[in-house]
Amino acid sequence: MRKPREYDDIPGTYVFDYERSHRGYHLNMFGMSLLKPENREAFLADEEAYLKKFPMTEEQRQSVLNRDWLGMIKLGGNIYYTSKIGATLGHSFQYIAGEMCGMSQEDYADMMIKGGRNPEGNRSVSEKY
Amino acid sequence: MAKITAGVATSHVPAIGAALDLGKSGEPYWKPIFDGYDKSKKWMAEAKPDVVILVYNDHGTAFALDVVPTFALGVTDIYPPADEGWGPRPVPNVHGHVELSRHLAESLILDEFDLAIINEMAVDHGLTVPLSLMCGQPEAWPFKVIPLAVNVVQYPPPTGRRCFKLGQAIRKAVESFDEELNVVVMGTGGMSHQLHGERAGMINKEWDNQFLDDLSGDVQRLVQLDHVEYMRETGAEGIEMVMWLIMRGALNENVKEVYRFYHVPGSNTAIGNIILENS
Repeated sequence: MRKPREYDDIPGTYVFDYERSHRGYHLNMFGMSLLKPENREAFLADEEAYLKKFPMTEEQRQSVLNRDWLGMIKLGGNIYYTSKIGATLGHSFQYIAGEMCGMSQEDYADMMIKGGRNPEGNRSVSEKY
Repeated sequence: MAKITAGVATSHVPAIGAALDLGKSGEPYWKPIFDGYDKSKKWMAEAKPDVVILVYNDHGTAFALDVVPTFALGVTDIYPPADEGWGPRPVPNVHGHVELSRHLAESLILDEFDLAIINEMAVDHGLTVPLSLMCGQPEAWPFKVIPLAVNVVQYPPPTGRRCFKLGQAIRKAVESFDEELNVVVMGTGGMSHQLHGERAGMINKEWDNQFLDDLSGDVQRLVQLDHVEYMRETGAEGIEMVMWLIMRGALNENVKEVYRFYHVPGSNTAIGNIILENS
């Protein structure tokens, strides 16, 4: 059993600890493979066939096919690896960020220009500050 | 003898590299950032370091999740820019200082810092964007670079205190190198940013500015910060700022802040830049 961690209390945050890293290993290594142009081409040509080369869970495969960017993170994806999937599909980082927090890319970009998400109320689930 | 004369810290946002490479640095969104680094570029051109020890993190480029070194030191003579999924950045190769890097590896390991050693590596935006920000777009980088890669992707990264102590050991090692060299240490990454989850986009200006103040004013406070504080207050990816403490540890106890720049946003990130000279 995993011990609860102090950082579990940070809202909307999935700290990439050893448990998440282990769960997401093959999903992330799939993302890593997309650094090679020939792999990007193979993935774009037939996503399902390419995904089958990696022994990830069906849920993880579906999260990629469904472009479920937050789902990938919850299933052990790490943002530096899932963003490589995004880049291969032609998405900007801010598009993926917006998707993860349920905002359009435009609204997300606008929030950033106005100074970003305020930490007030976003630090702790239990203590609400 | 070799001597560390100054430290520089800067963010290393990939979109800044892309903006520069695509000729967008004059656009209204990016111009304030590049303008903010004008003084830093001037300072760097005048400081003329022979070698920069550049502390950065790889973002799943040269390293993946199969092997995760906490600290890894480059000891070779050439580091090409990496293909991060959209082709390598059109920037010069990075040249190492082989003799000093070997000396650092030997000294640090015998000083009980158990580094991994890199003999071949392509360098990603974590290393090349800071060079672009501090040097612009030269034909060749104007100094040798020794890359020191720190794991900040797989939790937990090394503690801020450990980073600070590594900086102190780097200084000791540099000062025992028998060649006249002007060495600058750069710490990169940060400042506040969260790139994932429903909290993506969090920025904490107040915290960041206190951090900048305390790099010269109260470094002992910074050394004591724990990982949860970084993640809670500055975003999960803000934890990169532990790398700044390697730079700070390599400097004198008393330093003079000669320049500071802070700007929000650079894509998803608070951009911070500071130059500290040994006083």
